[in-house]
Amino acid sequence: MSINQQDFTYVQTLVRQKAGIIIDDGKEYLIELRLKPVAIKNGYENVSGLVQKLKEHSRHNGTHEQVIEALTTNETSFFRDLHPFEVFKNVIVPELIEKNAATRTLKIWSAACSTGQEPYTIAMILRDSFPQLAHWNVSILATDLAGKVLDKARSGVFSQLEVNRGLPALMMVKYFDKQGDSWIIKEPLRKMIVFRQLNLLEHWSGMHTMDIIFIRNVLIYFDVEAKRSILKKVRELMKNDSFLLLGSTESLINVTTDFNNVRHDKTFCFKRKF
Amino acid sequence: MKVLLTDDSTTMRKIQKRVLQTMGITEIVEASDGKMALEKLTEHNYNFDFMLCDINMPEMSGIETLRNIRSVPEGAKLPIIMCTSVAEKDQVMEAIKAGASNYVIKPFKPEDLQSKIETTLQRNK
Repeated sequence: MSINQQDFTYVQTLVRQKAGIIIDDGKEYLIELRLKPVAIKNGYENVSGLVQKLKEHSRHNGTHEQVIEALTTNETSFFRDLHPFEVFKNVIVPELIEKNAATRTLKIWSAACSTGQEPYTIAMILRDSFPQLAHWNVSILATDLAGKVLDKARSGVFSQLEVNRGLPALMMVKYFDKQGDSWIIKEPLRKMIVFRQLNLLEHWSGMHTMDIIFIRNVLIYFDVEAKRSILKKVRELMKNDSFLLLGSTESLINVTTDFNNVRHDKTFCFKRKF
Repeated sequence: MKVLLTDDSTTMRKIQKRVLQTMGITEIVEASDGKMALEKLTEHNYNFDFMLCDINMPEMSGIETLRNIRSVPEGAKLPIIMCTSVAEKDQVMEAIKAGASNYVIKPFKPEDLQSKIETTLQRNK
C-alpha cells in the first residue's frame, strides 16, 4: 500500500519544520521506501500506521527522530569526488600551515558528516601528508543532525562495501584494521575527531572560528531562506584566511554574495568577503 | 578506451563488462587467468588504458601476473586494479607492494567499481 496524499503532506511538512529538509512533490516513493522499515520496527504494517502515530504524538518523541533520520540522505563515501581533497592537500593545508605558523593551530569542521567518511578522509590526509602537524593543535569537529549516523561515525567501523567506496587501497591498509568482515579505523585517527550532534537550522552553541569548513552536499536539501541563514552563521565562523568547501555541484549563485570564490581546477573554494 | 579484464569466473567478467559498458567502454579484451593475460598484453603491445585483475586464478595468480607486468618497461605504468574477494590486510599490502594501482573487494556495488576505476585513472594521469 503506498502513502496517501494527506500522509505525504504531513511528513513533508514535519521534515521541513523539524529539519529544514525539502521533500519535493512526487517523492512519495522515497517516503514509502525510507519509512517502511521504521514502520515495521515500530510495530506497524505500513507507513500509514506510522504517520497516524506521528499525528497523535505531535510533541517531539523518539518516533519523530527516527522518521527524520530515515529521511535524511546519508549518501557518502571516502574521498568523495576526489578533487576537493586534492585541493585540500595541495593548496589549502599548505597555505594554512604557512599562515598559522605562529599559532600552530588548525581547526576544521565537517558539517553534515553522516557516517564519518569525510572527517576520516580529512584525518587520513593530514596524517599521511603533513607529519609536521604532529606538533600542532589540530582539531576536527564532525557534526550531523542524526544521532544514529553519528554513533556509526564514532565507532569507526565500516563494511567491506563501504571501504570499497573511494578509499585508496594504501590508505585502507595503513589506517584500518580488519576484524572479520569489518574494517575499523585506527585509534589515533579516531582520536583526532570530535563528533557532535548539530542541527544546522538551530542555534549553534559552542562553535568557534574555523580554518576550513566542509559543508558539502547538504545545502541542496534546504530552501533558499534556510541556506542563507546557515551561510550567515558559517560566515561568522570564518576568518580572513578561512576556506569553505561546498559539494561539487553546489553553488552560491542567487543565494548570497557574502563569499568570494577561488577556483582550483574543478574545485571551488569560498572565502568570506570583508 | 581499451581494457583488459582478467578473472577466471565468467559471471564476474560479465558483471565487470556491464560496468565498463555503462562507462561507455566497449573495447574489452578478456583473459581467464594470469598466463592468458600476459599473452593478451604481448599480443596488444601492452596497449591498454587499464586492467582489472583477480587474485585467485588457476595457472598464474593475480599477484604473480602483476609482478610479471611490472617487471617489463611497457607494463610499468599500466593502471592495474585488483578486483578480488581476497580481503585480508597483508594480502592487500602484498598486492600494493607488487605494484597494484588500486584494490576493489568483491562483492562490490557496480557504482563503486566505476568510481574506483575513475579515481585510479585520475591519479594516474
